Amino acid sequence: MRLGFDRRLIYHFDWAVFILTFAIALVGLLSVASASYSEHRPFQTLIIRQIIWTVAGAAAMFAVVMFDYRALSSYSYPIYVLVMGLLLTVSIIGQATGGSRRWINLGLFTLEPSELAKLALILVLVRYLRDDPPPGGLRLRHILVPAILLGLPAGLVLKQPDLGTMLTMLLIFATIIFAAGINLRTMGILALGALLAMPVAWHVLKPYQKERVVAFLHPQSDPLGAGYHVIQSEIAVGSGGSWGKGFLKGTQARLNFLPEQTTDFIFSVFAEEFGFAGSILLLGLYAGLVGRGLAIATRARDRFGALLALGLTAMVFWQAAINIGMATGILPVVGIPLPLVSYGGSSLIVLMAAMGLLISINTRRYLF
Amino acid sequence: MAVLSRRRTKLAVPKLEPRLTLLSIFMMLVMGAVGLRLYYLQIIKTHQMADLADRNRIRVRRQPASRGLIFDRRHRILVDTRPSYDAVLVPEDLHNRAVTIGKLERFLGGDHVEDKISQAEDDGLPSSEPVTIKERLTWDQVVALETHQLEMPGVSIQVTPRRRYIYGPVAAHLLGYVGEVSEQELRKLPGYHMGDEIGKFGLERGWEDYLRGVSGNQEIEVDAVGRRLRVLNETPEKPGAAVVLTLDLDLQQAAEQALGNQTGALVAIDPRTGEILAMVSHPSFDPNQFATGLTSAQWRQLMSDPHHPLEDRVIQGTYPPGSTFKLVDAIAGLEERLLTKSTSFHCAGGIWYGNREYRCWRKQGHGTISLINAIIASCDVYFYNVGEHLGVDRLARWANRLGFGVVSGIPLAHERTGTIPSSAWKQRRFHERWYPAETLSVAIGQGYVAVTPLQLAQLAAEVSMGGIRYKPHFVRRIEALDGTTIKAYQPEVAARIPLTPDQFQILQKGACGVVNNPMGTARKAAIPGIEVCGKTGTAQVVKEAAGARTKEEDLPERYRDHGWFIAYAPGNDPRIAISCVIEHGGHGGSAAAPVVRQVMLRYFQLYPPGQPLPAGTLAKAAASVPENGD
Repeated sequence: MRLGFDRRLIYHFDWAVFILTFAIALVGLLSVASASYSEHRPFQTLIIRQIIWTVAGAAAMFAVVMFDYRALSSYSYPIYVLVMGLLLTVSIIGQATGGSRRWINLGLFTLEPSELAKLALILVLVRYLRDDPPPGGLRLRHILVPAILLGLPAGLVLKQPDLGTMLTMLLIFATIIFAAGINLRTMGILALGALLAMPVAWHVLKPYQKERVVAFLHPQSDPLGAGYHVIQSEIAVGSGGSWGKGFLKGTQARLNFLPEQTTDFIFSVFAEEFGFAGSILLLGLYAGLVGRGLAIATRARDRFGALLALGLTAMVFWQAAINIGMATGILPVVGIPLPLVSYGGSSLIVLMAAMGLLISINTRRYLF
Repeated sequence: MAVLSRRRTKLAVPKLEPRLTLLSIFMMLVMGAVGLRLYYLQIIKTHQMADLADRNRIRVRRQPASRGLIFDRRHRILVDTRPSYDAVLVPEDLHNRAVTIGKLERFLGGDHVEDKISQAEDDGLPSSEPVTIKERLTWDQVVALETHQLEMPGVSIQVTPRRRYIYGPVAAHLLGYVGEVSEQELRKLPGYHMGDEIGKFGLERGWEDYLRGVSGNQEIEVDAVGRRLRVLNETPEKPGAAVVLTLDLDLQQAAEQALGNQTGALVAIDPRTGEILAMVSHPSFDPNQFATGLTSAQWRQLMSDPHHPLEDRVIQGTYPPGSTFKLVDAIAGLEERLLTKSTSFHCAGGIWYGNREYRCWRKQGHGTISLINAIIASCDVYFYNVGEHLGVDRLARWANRLGFGVVSGIPLAHERTGTIPSSAWKQRRFHERWYPAETLSVAIGQGYVAVTPLQLAQLAAEVSMGGIRYKPHFVRRIEALDGTTIKAYQPEVAARIPLTPDQFQILQKGACGVVNNPMGTARKAAIPGIEVCGKTGTAQVVKEAAGARTKEEDLPERYRDHGWFIAYAPGNDPRIAISCVIEHGGHGGSAAAPVVRQVMLRYFQLYPPGQPLPAGTLAKAAASVPENGD
C-alpha cells in the first residue's frame, strides 16, 4: 500500500474535478440556504448541517485521493456485502419518513444506505468486469452475475420505496455494461425485453407513482393534483428569466409553491433565483465534470480504473440529467437528488468521495 | 475465407475506447437538450411563467367603495350604506374540500355550500376568486367563523358595504335601486368588476358616477396554502359623494299615506323652482330586496303583479287628462285671442255635432256661462265650443308648448311623452284624416290624449306662476364627505308662455273657484285660510256609446274612471303644485282632491305660509263638503 506521500500526487492532481466539485457544492450551499430561508430564522439547521456535510465530504474526498484506487479492487466485494447488510438493516429498523423507509438513525445523523449502495454497486460491477470481455462481447450468460449484483440492492431500494435510486442504479448498470463490451445483439434483446416488461412494471408501480407518470404525460389533466409539482417547478424555472430574481428572492420557493425544495426540486429554487445565466452555468459545471470524468476514464491506466471512472461519472450524469429534466418538465417526477446540490449528508459525502476517487484515478495513471 | 474473416471480426473483443466516445457524445447531447429546455422556459416563455408566478402569489382584493348617502332636503338620511359580513370561500385554497365545507355548513346551519361553488364555476368565476356563501352573517356566525378560521383554510369573512333604504318603499321609484353589475354592463362600462354594485334604476342609476365612489385595491402576497403574508400595494377606497334631494321626507311620507293602498300617483313640485317635493307611485316596491339580490320567486312576483309596482306612474303612467285639460283649452283660447273674460257660450246639457250629441256632464246644462265659471263648473259644452273654434292643430301646438306630448326633462330614465293628437299625428299614426268631431273629445281631455301626472303637475305649476315653467328636478346638490358642495343644481326655466296679467287672472280665478266657489268641483280640497286652486278631471277608461253615462258605482273596478286633481297653493303666492291621479277612483273631485288636500295640509304645516295655520285644521274632515260632480 502506497500511503506514503508521493510528489507526483501534486503534479498530477486533477484540479478540474476538484474545482468543479466544489463549485457545484457551492451552488448547493446557496440553494439549500435559499430553500430553507425564512425571514424569522435566516440560519436554519438545514443549511448549517449542509455546511458540515460539505466539510465532511471534502475530508472524505481528500482521504480518497490519498488512497490508491487499485486497492479498492480487492475491497469491492466486502464493501458490497457490508452495504447490502446496511440495506437489509434499513428495511427492518429503518426510520420511515413520508411513507418510505430509507434512513438509519445513528443519533447524531441519519444514514441513507441507498446512497452508499450506488457506490458499492459501481465498485462491485467494475470489479467483476475488470477483465477484457470475451470475443464477440458480453452475452446474456456473461451478465447474469452483474444482473444479480444489481438486482439485490435495486430490489431492496425499490422496496423502501425509492424508485429514483433504483432507476439510477439501473442506468449506471446499463452504462457500465455497455462500456464493458456488451454484445450489441444482446443489448437489443435486453432493450426489447425491457420494453415488453413495461406493462408488467406498470402494475408494480405504486398508485402515486402511476399518478406521476400520468401527470407527466398530461400535466394539465389535474393541475392541482399530481401535475401541480411539475407545473409549479416549470413556473419557478421559467419565471427566473435571464438573470433570475436574485438570491433569496424567489417567490415560488419562498412561498412554498415548490414541493421538496431542498431535495428533489432544488434545481428550480436555484434556477428561479439565478435565471438562465445561473442554470446554464450549473449545467455547464455538470457537463464539465462529466466530460472530465469521461476523459479520465479514457486515459485511465487500467480497465478497472477506466470502468470505475465511467461508473462514477455515470452516477453524476444520470442523476443530474434526470433531476434537471424532471424540474423542467421533460421527464416524469422521480425522486432523484441533484448531485452535490440537494440537501442530504449521505448523498453529498458519497458524491464527494466519488469525485475524490475520480481524482485518484487520474493522478495515478502514471504510477506503476 | 471471406466468411471466416467476417466471422472473426464479428467475434472481435469490443474495445473500450470507442464505446466511451459514444457515451461521451450521448451524454453531451442529453446535456444540450436540457440546456435547450432551459432556454425555452427561461428565455422564450419567461413572461408567461413570470405572470403565472405572480398570479400564484398575488391576490388582488378589491375594496368596494362605500356608496354615497342620499339625504332629503332637510338633510335627513334616506339611503345609507352599512357593512355586511359575508362568508366567502376561495375554492382554490380549499385543502380538504369535504371537511372544510362540512364545518362551514355546520357553522352556518346548512346553506348548500357545494351548490354555490359549482354555480360560481358555471358562471366562469376563476377558482382563485372568493365565492360568497352567505351574506349578512349574524354576529354569532361571525364569531364562530373567526375563531375557527385556521381549521378552514380558504374560508374567510368579507366585509361588504351594502345599500340600505331606510324607509323601504318610500320614494322607491325616485331613489331606484342597486344591483350586481350585469355581464352586459361589464362589457359596456369600464372600471367595473364582477360582483360590483351598480345603480340600476332611478336616482341610483342617474347619479351613479357621484354615488359609487372609487373602489380600493389591495395586492396581497399569499403563500402556497393561501395564507396572507403581507400587503404589497394598497390603494385606499374613496367613498361616494352624498346626494341631497329636493324631496321632503315628511311630505313624501304624508303623500304615501294619503294615497294609501290606492293605485295611482302623486307628485308635488315647488312651482318657483321646479323642485320636486314629493313623488309617489303606488303600488311601490322595496328596493332593499334588490340590494340583497332578488330571489327568482320575488322577481316573478314583481313582474307578474297586474298593478306593475316597478312602473313609476309619475313619469311612465299615461292617462287621459279629462277635464284638467280644459286649462289647456283656456290658455290656447286666450293666447289665440279666441277667448276673453267675457266670452260666453250657452250650455243646454249638450251640443249636436255632426249626427251625434256631445253631452255635458251636467244633464240639465249650465245655461249661458262665462270662461271663469266654465272652468269652475267644468262645463263640457263651453270647451267643446272652444275646441271647435281652435281646431285640433292649434290646440295641439299650445298643449306642446305647455309641456304635453314631450318629456319634461326630469333626470330619470324611461320618462314617457304621452300623446297630444293633431291632424298630422293622426295621418302618421293611422293614415287617416282628422275628423273635426274628434277635436271635441280632445278638448275635454279624452280620445287620443294621454298625459303623465308629472306633465299635469307642471301645468298646475305653470298656471300658478303666470306662464313660467321650470324644469322638474329632485337633486339640490352633491356633497363631498366633509359636507362641502361639489355641485349645486339651480332652477332652470323650461318654458315661458306670454300670458297677460288679465289672462293670468282669469285662469287664477277659475282655478281658485274650482276649490272655493260653491259651484266648484273640488270643494273637498279646500283648506281654511289657504287659497287652494286647482282643477279636477275624470278620465274615462272605456269608451261609452255616444252620450251614454253609466253611474260609476255600477261599473266593475277596472272599468271605472281615473280621478284627477291638480292644484297649487296659495293662490296669490304659490309654493306648491300637485297633481294626483287615482286609477279607477272615479270622479277626480271625490277621489283625488282629498288626497291632494292632505298633502297640502302637511306641506303648510311643515312650511307655514305668512299666517299660521288655524289650530285643528288637520283634524277637520273634508267629508263635510257637499259632493259635487265634475
